Amino acid sequence: MICLLTLPPVPLELKSPLSFRTRAQQQQHSHPFSQTLRSHTVPHKTLTGGGTATTTVANVALSEHNDLNAAEEDEPLPAELNEELMPNHVAVIMDGNGRWAKQRGLPTSAGHQAGSRSLRELVEICCKWGIRVLTVFAFSYDNWIRPKVEVDFLMNLFEREIKSQMQKFVSEGIRISVIGDSSKLPQSLQKLISEAEEKTKDNSRFQLIVAASYSGKYDIVQACKSLACKVKDGVIQLEDISESLVEQELETNCTEYPYPDLLIRTSGELRVSNFLLWQLAYTEFFFVKELWPDFGKAEFVEALISFQQRQRRYGARLS
Amino acid sequence: MGPIPNHIAFIMDGNRRYAKKQGMEEGAGHKAGFLALMKILCYCYELGVKYLTVYAFSIENFKRKPEEVQCLMDLMLEKIGELLKEESVVNQYGIRLYFIGNLKLLSEPVRVAAEKAMAATAKNTKTVLLICVAYTSYDEIVHAVQESCKDKRNEIEALYASKVSNGVTEGVEEGENINGTIEHDVQGSCESSLSKSQALNTTIACNGVIRVEKKKGVILHAVQGSCEDKWDEVMSRTSNGVTEGVADSKKKQWMHPTIKLVDIEKNMYMGVAPDPDILIRTSGENRLSNFLLWQTTNCPLYSPSALWPEIGLWHLIWAVLNFQQSHYYFEKKRKQL
Repeated sequence: MICLLTLPPVPLELKSPLSFRTRAQQQQHSHPFSQTLRSHTVPHKTLTGGGTATTTVANVALSEHNDLNAAEEDEPLPAELNEELMPNHVAVIMDGNGRWAKQRGLPTSAGHQAGSRSLRELVEICCKWGIRVLTVFAFSYDNWIRPKVEVDFLMNLFEREIKSQMQKFVSEGIRISVIGDSSKLPQSLQKLISEAEEKTKDNSRFQLIVAASYSGKYDIVQACKSLACKVKDGVIQLEDISESLVEQELETNCTEYPYPDLLIRTSGELRVSNFLLWQLAYTEFFFVKELWPDFGKAEFVEALISFQQRQRRYGARLS
Repeated sequence: MGPIPNHIAFIMDGNRRYAKKQGMEEGAGHKAGFLALMKILCYCYELGVKYLTVYAFSIENFKRKPEEVQCLMDLMLEKIGELLKEESVVNQYGIRLYFIGNLKLLSEPVRVAAEKAMAATAKNTKTVLLICVAYTSYDEIVHAVQESCKDKRNEIEALYASKVSNGVTEGVEEGENINGTIEHDVQGSCESSLSKSQALNTTIACNGVIRVEKKKGVILHAVQGSCEDKWDEVMSRTSNGVTEGVADSKKKQWMHPTIKLVDIEKNMYMGVAPDPDILIRTSGENRLSNFLLWQTTNCPLYSPSALWPEIGLWHLIWAVLNFQQSHYYFEKKRKQL
């Protein structure tokens, strides 16, 4: 039985276990408990420049317009980042839109709207900084149970976004791919996705992979079924089923870089939630406290700095 | 305050860095790591955690220097022996041991010892310790995929055998919307092979889902069958020149086994335990390194910067308290939905 009187003293780093530490607090200690979970003192993106009190849906639309214009200017790589250590493939779980809206007394749809702006900006930065692939978790297979109003809004938002960004994809050499069980998406969206994928399939500067109605487990199940087909057809033997065969059947076979180097999840959640499963085996995780609509260039730079400092060993030893 | 997690998993990272930090010889770090494991084991089981899984040795670790690998294997052999002694912690907590991984990759003495330990503790029911050795999620999943394919093939063969012997060529009615099933189950490459006009006679198969397709005004039943050629023969006999409507076809349909999520899960090495509630990786690294990818998709990952031999009770309590806090939040959310 553990005797409470003889417990060891609480390590310094755990003194405030349940509060998220500010970056300043973490720098006081040589080994922060969780290096990647932090509350930022970096100014948040405010929509109207005046803080949260005056945020309205109309203001969201206005600042979206302004931000688009700003994004056209050149973006050199920040000095803190090493060009040679940039990840090829970044994955993002865009979490927190609902909470962001609730904090401001807005409907959930406003949160998703603001979130789509964050995504557009991230695509812009990734393109400019030479990242080759960005995979985003837009809608999980498990999200279908959400209220119909929200789901319908999201489906409409996807359609609007694809339509509005189509010209940019073509002119900027961006290839768009969508992974997930598309059969559950509205017909009009399915058609739009097919067209967009077809139209951009030869673009090679940057690839945006949108995971919609996606589940990491089902990706593996469908890969398994494809392999079962091949075994049945005599194309391969049962014993031939290997890791590389599985990899080739996964939905990420639409890209040259199927495995993310870096995974970012916003809103403070520390889990993968059925996003890319197989593909994340050696991915570096970076968990951010900010909600997705508040995730911007500064937060992304921080994630990249952390990534560049990591020693990736893949099970072996660096001597 | 909240529930105690049922299953905690640990990636025991940082032994070598600990040895370096303490000025110890190589190999001593792993011994210190074993002591830390025993300590954590006691804390967890005292707290009421039933399942504990630890990442002891990855298949990728075989790439390390042979001396280090040998040292780890020797340590494992030694410690397995100790665990089986009367006075050990195994008996104190009624621990059932599992060695999870591709044990064929282990040297004979270690594999034999592991199997002996599993047999010796098979009757223990209080708590469970799953030690992942020669393990990667990739290997586990590939193995599960192979086994699932094998199972389905056997099922189909058995089904065919019983049907043919009865002289019956009718299948079991499932009562489901076949088109719906197809949309969900038929995947890419199989669909394209089906659309060929010789679909009926080719060895098409996609886990035995029936495809109803309209070709030139005639509704054909392109049945996706088994791995056996005879299967196709039987199918084409029943399907040639069929002009039945979909409604009729429901009565005379073959239901072939399809590979589902549950089939893969059933064949996972880790199928003997529920999914972990918490995953803790020491030494501050924030990645999974091919550990329990399938099983941890919904569980939080905590990354204390302490090296594995430095792990203590407070790290465990911190993780459990956080788990309870987020568990409460998720339960609330679930009730709202």
